[in-house]
Amino acid sequence: MTVEELFDQQAAEVERQNALENRIYCCTAAGCVSCGSEAVRKAIGEEIKSQGLTGKVEVCGTGCMGLCSKGPLVRTSKDDALYGGVDVSNAAALVSAPETLAPLRIDTSAPFFIKQKKIVLGNSGRVDPEKIMDYIAAGGYQALARACTELGPAGTLDEVKKSGLRGRGGAGYPTGLKWELVARQPGDVKYVVCNADEGDPGAFMDRSVLEGDPHRVLEGMAIAAYAVGAQQGYIYVRGEYALAIQRLQLAIRQAERERLLGNRILDSAFQFRVDLRIGAGAFVCGEETALLASIEGRRGQPRPRPPYPPEAGLWGKPTLINNVETFANIPPLIQNGGEWFASTGTATSKGTKVFALAGKIANTGLIEVPMGTPLREILFDIGGGVPGGLEFKAAQTGGPSGGCIPAEFLDTPVDYESLARIGSIMGSGGLIVMDSSSCMVDVARFFMEFCMDESCGKCIPCRAGTVQMHDILLRMTKGEASSRDMAILEELCTLLRETSLCGLGQTAPNPVVSTLRYFRPEYEMHIRDHRCPAGLCEMKGNEGGAR
Amino acid sequence: MSRHHYSGDALIEVLHTAQELYGFLSPGLLKSIARKLRLPPSRVLGVATFYHFFSLKPKGEHTFVVCLGTACYVAGAPNVLTALEHRSTKAGTTTADGKVSVDGARCIGSCGLAPAVIYNGRILARVTPESISKELDRIGVE
Repeated sequence: MTVEELFDQQAAEVERQNALENRIYCCTAAGCVSCGSEAVRKAIGEEIKSQGLTGKVEVCGTGCMGLCSKGPLVRTSKDDALYGGVDVSNAAALVSAPETLAPLRIDTSAPFFIKQKKIVLGNSGRVDPEKIMDYIAAGGYQALARACTELGPAGTLDEVKKSGLRGRGGAGYPTGLKWELVARQPGDVKYVVCNADEGDPGAFMDRSVLEGDPHRVLEGMAIAAYAVGAQQGYIYVRGEYALAIQRLQLAIRQAERERLLGNRILDSAFQFRVDLRIGAGAFVCGEETALLASIEGRRGQPRPRPPYPPEAGLWGKPTLINNVETFANIPPLIQNGGEWFASTGTATSKGTKVFALAGKIANTGLIEVPMGTPLREILFDIGGGVPGGLEFKAAQTGGPSGGCIPAEFLDTPVDYESLARIGSIMGSGGLIVMDSSSCMVDVARFFMEFCMDESCGKCIPCRAGTVQMHDILLRMTKGEASSRDMAILEELCTLLRETSLCGLGQTAPNPVVSTLRYFRPEYEMHIRDHRCPAGLCEMKGNEGGAR
Repeated sequence: MSRHHYSGDALIEVLHTAQELYGFLSPGLLKSIARKLRLPPSRVLGVATFYHFFSLKPKGEHTFVVCLGTACYVAGAPNVLTALEHRSTKAGTTTADGKVSVDGARCIGSCGLAPAVIYNGRILARVTPESISKELDRIGVE
């Protein structure tokens, strides 16, 4: 497809869609599917046929619409409204007279919707992830066209640098700098790798992006490849994400057919192929050097850095590794320019961040907010607060590498630096809320168990240290620990942090450190009084255990 | 394997396909993969045991995978697992009659539906010990 054809096709598809009386978008992301959205979609399809409206009304599946707790969600273009908790019996009404379903209508002027700003998720819930034309109609692949025809590799790089975009995988390394490092490396063979090994428990942002808008990630990768001079890309996806894998495979095939990937992209000399690599359930593979080892078909064990992947990555060649969300930010960034992107967010953290809200919160689901939004606004205005009358206790960010944020820091703006200051990290975007029924010692133990299981076993501090720390925490939850254990625990925290080989071991103590910092009395109660204030841990003298 | 040009780099892809076809990775299967990809058998076994996804033992007729990610944990997944184990078998094993396999999993990314259980590849949302018990009744577990 040439650039002119791309624009022609977009105009034609937009016109076709506008001519429809009603276009029904049925959320077919994992959350809604498990509440029966596939059946709803099928029923709507049959209803269209039986009412003789084929060609006038259309139904399509989309990615996540965000409010997973109200699923299945359906949006109708006729009255531009969102309906929740829909079932098969509503199909007829949705097709011809959605306005009669007023009780199911979701108020889209609620804080959950208006406090969000969608850049990465802009298309999610608005395009059919299985149809490339839907993505093109929404302006897809125009950023790639702009990069190839107008900006050139250096100009593309400049836009990314100007934007101040930082890696969304957790560490927050400036994306522009990383791209420049790879671009500057000599040699013809370079690789672009998309890290879609989303392992943090409680995080499902990347999954939703891949399932809901796979072409956006492909376009972002193609732009990156163009800027750094790579011809081959890999997407490393978790094996657990079957639907994401299936949709990515389809998207790659479609893009190749339209000459938006492969040889002679957009009728230029630029070529770029993308292959999928399926992970096999190892958390450590999210670490970049372990991920590269896994792509090469070996055990996913990290190696010491430097050399960093931009110098020597896959098969020793320069390799650019970015996270799914980072790549998903690229098309709108290039389309609208770096300055536009930099206008959102704080001084050091630009753009938006997608969070997965989970745990004890009313509106579980997927949200996207500008960087610097206070935590309170995210959890209480957008998230709807803690249900069931219990009190908010802590919010956990960054998975097993992150920390717990107590209530007194609820007004902290969410950006890389502020979160680091209070002992947590931005992480990939999992945000889990705990109420007063959660025991912080048990939470720390839970994460330590996770790190213990997932440690790859290459370096000793992580392999042996996590076992020791878990052992101490386990004894604490059973009321068998002494105050000496506390001292050893703290010593181990420092040891692991300073001597482990990779990020997994270095950050493994974070949940312990942050809970010790903010919830020390709770630890002391476990040790001294053999009592669990949350009533969760079963120990002598406290039979109120929930488990 | 020919799709990957018998390259050792594609070992993980080949193992995925093999497990899909045969259900699990038997020692004989691993040996033949090693031979065809011209890799030492130790490397194939090393990779197969490193990743949780690969199973060296056959699975039961019905599989239950309980998500033990943070969100599910906070929402009570341990109680679900205990109930399940009580009625069938310990996590990571299969019942003697080969009927039910139980496993725990790291986050499956369905945190909005916590606690979640994958039953034969389908996600069950907001599972309770009672509902999982009903599911077991349905498939005829004593």
